[in-house]
Amino acid sequence: MTMLREQDDSPQEAVNPELERKAERRESWRGFFHAVPAYVYLIVFFVLPLFVVFVFSFASRGRTGRPILENWNLDGWTRLGDPLVSTIVGRSLFVAVLNTFLCLIIGYAFAYWIATRPKQSTRTLLLILVLIPFWSNFLVRTYAWRLLLDSDGYITQLGEWTGLWGRMLFTLPAVFLGLLYGFLPFMVLPLYAAIERIDWSLVEAGRDLYASGTKAFLKITLPLSRPGIIAGSILVFIPSLGAYVTPDILGGAKTTLLGNFIVTQFGAARNWPFGSALSSAILIVMVAATILYFRSGARTV
Amino acid sequence: MTDGKIAVSLRGVTKRFGEDVVAVNQMDLEIQDGEFFSLLGPSGCGKTTTLRIIAGLEYPTEGSVQIYGEEMGLSPPNKRPVNTVFQSYALFPHMNVEDNVAFGLRMKKVDEAEVRRRTDEAIELVRLTGMEKRSSRALSGGQQQRVALARALVNQPKVLLLDEPLGALDLKLRQAMQLELKDIQSEVGISFVYVTHDQEEALTMSDRIAVMNEGDLIQVGRPEDIYESPVDLFVASFVGDMFFLPGEIVESGTVKLVGGETVQARTTSAPGTSVTLGVRPEMLALYGDRKEAPPGRNAVSGTVGRKIFYGEAIFYEVDSGASGTFDVRVENVPSARRWDVGDTVIVDFHLEAATAFAE
Amino acid sequence: MTLHEGARAGRRVDRLLSFNGWLVFAFLYLPILIVIVFSFSGAANVGIWGGFSLRWYERMFGNEQLMKSLQNTLWIALFSTIISTVLGTAAALALDRYRRWVGRGAFDAILYMPVIIPDVTMAVMLLLWFTQIGLPLGRGSILLAHIAFNISFVAIVVRARLANMDPVVEEAAADLYATRWLTFRRVTLPLIMPGVLGGGLLALTLSLDDVVITSFVQGPGATTLPVHVFGLIRKTVTPEINAVSTLMVTASMILVFASLAIQRRE
Repeated sequence: MTMLREQDDSPQEAVNPELERKAERRESWRGFFHAVPAYVYLIVFFVLPLFVVFVFSFASRGRTGRPILENWNLDGWTRLGDPLVSTIVGRSLFVAVLNTFLCLIIGYAFAYWIATRPKQSTRTLLLILVLIPFWSNFLVRTYAWRLLLDSDGYITQLGEWTGLWGRMLFTLPAVFLGLLYGFLPFMVLPLYAAIERIDWSLVEAGRDLYASGTKAFLKITLPLSRPGIIAGSILVFIPSLGAYVTPDILGGAKTTLLGNFIVTQFGAARNWPFGSALSSAILIVMVAATILYFRSGARTV
Repeated sequence: MTDGKIAVSLRGVTKRFGEDVVAVNQMDLEIQDGEFFSLLGPSGCGKTTTLRIIAGLEYPTEGSVQIYGEEMGLSPPNKRPVNTVFQSYALFPHMNVEDNVAFGLRMKKVDEAEVRRRTDEAIELVRLTGMEKRSSRALSGGQQQRVALARALVNQPKVLLLDEPLGALDLKLRQAMQLELKDIQSEVGISFVYVTHDQEEALTMSDRIAVMNEGDLIQVGRPEDIYESPVDLFVASFVGDMFFLPGEIVESGTVKLVGGETVQARTTSAPGTSVTLGVRPEMLALYGDRKEAPPGRNAVSGTVGRKIFYGEAIFYEVDSGASGTFDVRVENVPSARRWDVGDTVIVDFHLEAATAFAE
Repeated sequence: MTLHEGARAGRRVDRLLSFNGWLVFAFLYLPILIVIVFSFSGAANVGIWGGFSLRWYERMFGNEQLMKSLQNTLWIALFSTIISTVLGTAAALALDRYRRWVGRGAFDAILYMPVIIPDVTMAVMLLLWFTQIGLPLGRGSILLAHIAFNISFVAIVVRARLANMDPVVEEAAADLYATRWLTFRRVTLPLIMPGVLGGGLLALTLSLDDVVITSFVQGPGATTLPVHVFGLIRKTVTPEINAVSTLMVTASMILVFASLAIQRRE
């Protein structure tokens, strides 16, 4: 029998109106429980420490440099205005930005080169060759440059032989070399991942449209590889800014960067509140940047 | 086949997503034991959502779902006596055919000897014997579909749910699978709830069809009832071919077209109502003049405007002036007369071919 | 059509790119190779080759302090990897598979933060916190610190893998009578395993590499190999360090090949 649609306007009683809500609540709890261990751990070992650092930046400095939680003051923060601090921050920013830029230029050319090798086996092999230094211990890699740049190191010998440079150790260029060396793989890998995904037919269309390989590259390939550029830049910029090991091993007193400076506050300089203020300042900037990034809706990771 | 038991019963089932989207609106539906039941409708009409609600993969905002009299309530999908064949097959890519099919049985802790036996039976049922050890990633579309079917049936569910399972297959394969599915259903004897947007598929396979649109259940009935007595314009146009002409009811059973001609048609509304006349092209015939046409039937004159050759049939668009264009489908048999563009013809049809739909 | 099928720039540019490519490889490898080579040199001075010798390796293995720090490093790396992989995977599941729960937004943000702050800052934070709550500094405090930053890295890697996995197979498993746990164990986990292993490998490497954070939160007795070596480098440069370095590089290479072998099975 054919059942016609009923032109029934009488109000129908809702059957089981609570079902969906109960099911959603059940799911919600499940999700929450999956996150609980990590959530609790991170609150205890990350969020709370964040607050502690901030609080300590207002503490007073004890005899051993440790913070005394009385006589709250702004000493730590006012010292941030010190010309020494500005120099160091300025230098660190300069180093981080330049390093990121250099890694980007060299890394992009390198990643593009690998991505355009026609055979998959070649590309895989090249990637493995990049991975090996990447996974190698950071300390070892930086130490290697120490050897090369020392008085009887090969690079120094080469420089003396050509007459172009002398002993580079403990100078800013040495730090640059070390940072570039250390972080180049961090830039190459995300770049490669992004470039590899580009649809060549789009680039080809661009070549037809612009009648120029360069233009097609600038207008199509480059923008399409943006996610990789952003990811790689973040992966290089942030550690570069807070670099400690590299400037410590390869640099000297005249090349103090932010990372070293902060560590000194907890060591020789014995000024924990000031060190906390410095760290708090960095954290505030980073946290603000993250929140902005999340608010803008962009999420590439 | 039907012995009066109700396999699936939906009462007042509604599903809302957020504030504005109503995916399913107050559905009341009863699916009989052992029947091949289709949910038919265009994309977004709520048919898949309804299926998922029966499976337990979604919970209704309102309403109750009963399977063989048992209220499902908050029961999760792994506790319901139904199994689903997914549109994308959803085979476990890291398992071979055998392990895919045996999965449900192993989850229910059936002993291994019986698992073996039933798995082999199911694989035989879908004619994939010999492929047991093949990785599920190394299968063609048709083969994957069969594995998905075996994987569901091996558990002897009370009802089998199928979500557009043949959509990804090419035409010939799809037609072959349609027959196979129908055979399997008869053999296994359980109710199949089959979701599709392909009205031809629904018509050929189903015992009964439920036509849905935008969350509403429009009409439920046997294929012939849906086709021959569509309840509204939507069903009429969605199922089968149909063309439309505007008009007005002058008296019960008579419609006046824009151009002045009056035709006999099936009407359900009062005289004076504006209607859309729906006509099925294959129920029309063409003649040279009124004398050749059988008496006592509708006869509208017009000129052949376009002619399309389909191989098994020829389609004529006949322009009858202000009233509109008649689409006429004539079987391409030796006895059929052929017409040319520009010919004056009489379009002949019985009142049963035309239905007047009020807006 | 992917980029490598014909995206090669014009001849000249491509040659330049190749030249740059090989230059980069030389740049990346020569320093490490020199360290390795000189670890076998008998001379106490790095500039000159002093004949093949294993004396630095003998010195290294005889150095009790060094061996103890290696032991600590491995202990910490093992446990921090295991714990952070479990926690990180659960966190990734919580974020990817469950869209609405209390505090989800905040959790998402908190999870990303350890990745984007410099490790110096993390070191300071943890030292101050441990001091404040009176936690004794030692092997345990280092472990706690490593887990703290590793969870996020594991979660990111696993989440990427989860996003690539069609959740419909999980629905199919549920439809086929699997409980949540069995669905995870038999379906989800095998399918995200490359991500879990990749995340674990990343956590292992980060733990083995860490210098700053460890040096801040370590106690008087326990130190790790990288921190110990770092101390040595700052004081004097002895060729023993070359031997240690060579071993560390070899360990890394083994890790790389192990991870590739695992990926091959996909």
